[in-house]
Formats: sequence, structure tokens, C-alpha cells
Amino acid sequence: MHPSSFEYFAPKSMEEAIGLLTKFGEDAKIMAGGQSLIPLLKLRMASFPYVIDISRIEGLDYIEEKGKFLEIGALTTMIEIEDSELIKERYRILREAAVQIADPLVRNRGTIGGNISHGDPSNDMPAVIIALDGKLEITGKQGKKVIDADSFITDSFTTVLQEGEIMSKIMIPVFDGSSGGCYIKQKKNAGDFSVAAIAVHLSIDKEDRVRRAGIGLTSVGPRPLRAEKGERFLEGKRINDSVAREAANIIVSESDPTSDFYGSADYKKKVLNRIAVEAINTSYERAMVR
Amino acid sequence: MSLSKIKLRINGKEIEAEVEPRKLLVHFLREDMGLTGTHVGCDTSNCGACTVLLDGRAVKSCTMLAVQADGREVTTIEGISSGDDMHPLQKAFIEKHGLQCGYCTSGMILTSFWLLSKNNNPTEEEIRKAISGNLCRCTGYQSIVESIKYGAQLMKEEEKGEQEIRVR
Repeated sequence: MHPSSFEYFAPKSMEEAIGLLTKFGEDAKIMAGGQSLIPLLKLRMASFPYVIDISRIEGLDYIEEKGKFLEIGALTTMIEIEDSELIKERYRILREAAVQIADPLVRNRGTIGGNISHGDPSNDMPAVIIALDGKLEITGKQGKKVIDADSFITDSFTTVLQEGEIMSKIMIPVFDGSSGGCYIKQKKNAGDFSVAAIAVHLSIDKEDRVRRAGIGLTSVGPRPLRAEKGERFLEGKRINDSVAREAANIIVSESDPTSDFYGSADYKKKVLNRIAVEAINTSYERAMVR
Repeated sequence: MSLSKIKLRINGKEIEAEVEPRKLLVHFLREDMGLTGTHVGCDTSNCGACTVLLDGRAVKSCTMLAVQADGREVTTIEGISSGDDMHPLQKAFIEKHGLQCGYCTSGMILTSFWLLSKNNNPTEEEIRKAISGNLCRCTGYQSIVESIKYGAQLMKEEEKGEQEIRVR
């Protein structure tokens, strides 16, 4: 199979990449690991006159705690997240999501920056980063700026990125001792996209009440969603099964799935309801292990 | 259409070539290099029959451009044996009936090779997770999993044997 013809550039620096993106404007497409883009190109579901391969830019591949944030370079691959000792020990939810993305062969090339920037409402990382109140660094002609992750994807396959901009870093507030979270992904087959998936992250106070709840949803709307009403409902409460059930109903009311190959809208809501209860209970249990 | 010059190592050999940027690595390997042990199964990035090692990591060569391999090291199934001497994993797949039609086998072996390079004593679960991107439509996976376990054992024995020879 062959994609349509394109001109290919592999810039070695951010400046060079931004220059090319600015020059070619809408005719240019950024490629990182290519694990979403190349299938689209070769199946001819998309074509671009210019492909800018940013994977050779140095210094965008790291996982480190820096002050108040865990910082992950946009070109960090899923397998690096999966194998990172720091993430294994301290940021379990990220690993839980990473290992459920596609298969190991894809994760050996696929990057966290690409998973988010592709804007696919079925990609897993956006919901997780939203639940963790993460931020994204965007680099452009004017320098760098940092935005809230939940404002990055505006619609299916659409982000706030403007001409000449690259999402360059993922920033996650460092967890304190009394928080816990999980990612639950309900899928039909191993390696598939989800029917529905949910990321929950809870911080609790000394009285075991939820101080801050973060909830992100995958595959149940035109974009990854934050379940804000569900978050407000949980805050200030101790969790038990009936609280979790009530919260799940609220979360489902905030979702907006459509019927497709993965199931009817109604079925997706039922699935979301069940996994929301499980995710809230599990996150609370994990937060209680101080 | 302009061609891109690439320079890479394939199975230990330095290669220089000119390719169209849109050419997928799998087509470059099969059609330009004649390395037909790398298979095209699904064409949709699902099946893993085209698995090769890129700098030691198992990847789908149908989901990568040949130009992206510039400056890298690619290993195909043709590159893991030494002469007529098969790799222990190849021997293990024969002995434990890890194949029927053979279509998925080169991908299965290269993914196993990558797994064992990270973890030389994987559990059954780790093996099954590692090959979750490699589809087989005839064996039902059981004998593939057994082949990989046996291959891991053969590799350890071989390593031990080499150490003993060195000691002598």
C-alpha cells in the first residue's frame, strides 16, 4: 500500500520544524511516531502535500519530576512510559492507560504527544491528562506557552494548535501522598479502541473526604471530556458504593456518545455507568493507602 | 517526485539507497532489498506479520516510512540466524510446532526476540501480552507461547554453553 505522494522533511531542531510548519501552513502535517497518521495516509483517508517528521528533534524525549510537575517530553514513546520506574512507582494511572493502547509494536513507536495531538476522541491519554489536571506546553514562533489540557482538543481531530505550533511537553502536577486514580477501558478486542473508557483521580483530606476529583472520559463524545458535574458531586464526600453509583449517573449525563461500530449510544452509556462506579471505588481505595 | 537518500544498516550490512518518501519500510525491504521474509498480512497496521527490529525494538514495518529508517539499524528474520545455523527461537518454533501456514512466524519470532532481549525469563502472561500485536489465524497461540518459552530456555542454555567454552 502506498500513501499519496508528499514531500518529506525531518527537521533536527524545534526552530527548523516551526519554520517549515509556518512556511507550508495548512498543507503541512506533523508526524511524530506515525502510528495513527501512517494508517490514515496509506489507506488514503487523508493526504498532505508536506509531511514534517518531528521525531528527530533532540531533547523531546524524557520523563522527570521538576518542581511541582512531572514533565514528559512530547516524543516520549508509550513503551518508555510503560517501562519507566518513576511512573511505575508514583504515577500508576499513566502506566495503566499506556499498556492498554493498541499493542506493544505500536507502543514502541507511538508517542504521548502524538496520542494527544491527534485529537482522536478515542485516544486514551487525553482523558488521563485531563483527570490529572495536566497542562500542555505549546511551542511556536512567539516562544512557549502553557495551557490547561482540557482546553486543547476542541472537536474530533481538532486542536487549538495554530500554524507553526507544536505541542512540546506534558505537565502533570506531582501527586501528594493522599491521592489515587485509575483508568478503566472497556474494549471488544485486545488492542482495540474502547467502547468507553474513564480516568478518575481522587485526592483525599485527613477526614477521608474527597478534596479534589478529576474525571476524564474517552470515546463517549466528539472530544475527550471532563465530567465536571461528577467531579463537583464527589468533592467533600466520603466514597461508598451508593455515592459512587450516584456519581456515575451524573457522569453518564455529561457524556454524549454516538452509535457506531463499537456499539449504540445507549450501550456506551451503560458501559460508562458500570466502569465509572468501578473507577471511583478503585481510585478511593488507592487514595486511602497512604 | 523527488527521491530521498537514505543510509542504514540492514542485518548488519551498510546500505545506501534512494526512495520515494511515501514508500513504506516493508515495501523497501521486500521489493528493493529482496528480503521477503518480512510479510504483508493485513495492510491495515493490525496483524504484525511485517514486524522487524528497529534499533532492537519490534515495530510494524508497514507503519513506518523507509525514510524514517535513515541512520537506523533494521533487523529482519533473515538477520537473526548465523549462516545455516538457525537462531534458538527458530529451532524452538519448529520443535514445538509454533507454526502451521508460517505467515505470522517471522513477525512472531522478531517480537519474541525483542521480548527476550528485555526479559530473558518471561511468564506466560508476559509472553501473551508481548505478542498481542501479532495475529495468528491457525495455531490458536498455545504452541506459539510454548515455542517462545522453549526458545527462551534454549537461548539461556546456549549462553551458558558459550560461557563454559570460554572458561575452558
